[in-house]
Amino acid sequence: MKSIIEKLNKIFDSHAKLGIMSILMVNEWVNFKTFKEMLQLTDGNLASHMSALEKHQFVEVRKQFVGRRPQTTYNATDIGRKAFKDHLDALEELLKNR
Amino acid sequence: MVMNNRNEQLETLQEIRSLMERSSRFISLSGLSGVAAGIFALIGAGFVYVYLDTLPFEHKRLYYITAQTANKWGMNYIQFFLLDAIAVLAGAISMGIFFTTRRARRKGQTIWDSTAQRLLINLAIPLVSGGVFCLALLYHGQIGLIAPATLIFYGLSLVNASKYTLSDIRYLGFLEIILGSAAMFSPGYGLEIWAIGFGILHIVYGIIMYYKYD
Repeated sequence: MKSIIEKLNKIFDSHAKLGIMSILMVNEWVNFKTFKEMLQLTDGNLASHMSALEKHQFVEVRKQFVGRRPQTTYNATDIGRKAFKDHLDALEELLKNR
Repeated sequence: MVMNNRNEQLETLQEIRSLMERSSRFISLSGLSGVAAGIFALIGAGFVYVYLDTLPFEHKRLYYITAQTANKWGMNYIQFFLLDAIAVLAGAISMGIFFTTRRARRKGQTIWDSTAQRLLINLAIPLVSGGVFCLALLYHGQIGLIAPATLIFYGLSLVNASKYTLSDIRYLGFLEIILGSAAMFSPGYGLEIWAIGFGILHIVYGIIMYYKYD
């Protein structure tokens, strides 16, 4: 049983990070505002979770101008997708094995 | 400790599922927009019968002759049909926007976000193609096939768009395609079948959706 628990990714202990990845699993290049509204987080809070995911190379960032406004969008990387899937599989396994 | 976590883990899974749903589908669509669209369609079809001085399911052999020689209210039949179609479309779209914005505001949901844009684009692709196709039918004088074609293309639009909103509209799409296909082979009954597809089906579906989600 301990081995399964070890498979759970520590990063996803955070609900915010799990939420960000959930959205990115079904959407490509999502902007900052969408995350804020979906997850009900403050700018600073969201930014720090995002940069942690970026550091682990779970998400990639793109900055570009839409008209005159700069817009930051995020996308899940292959590493991020795999980590999220593995985490879900471990959760599922954990629930089944009771 | 492990037992305590079970509920928490189930909750987490549900949260993930809900986030995936909410972020990828436009869920503010109000059932009342369907009802309103259906009512406009029935009124539009009603005007055609008044214009042609006929009744539904009557004088089928004379239908096209009556249509092509009709000249009422200062309009020939092409002008009248176009105006009628545009009025129905404008009425349905504006009421659709009205009820959907009202519902979204009540539930505190965002209206114009990426899910709405994605829904509209995917709805528009088959719909615009269908519009061009119908204009071509009009151009070539194949008036009898226009009503069935609108049903088929609208049905395809719904099936295509169902991935981006409440999945129920997929089945409405199938029904419209079946009705349109049947109408292709029932000359003279295009308008009746059109009224069933755009009028009655929309009202019934709208009511079901209203009670299911609103």
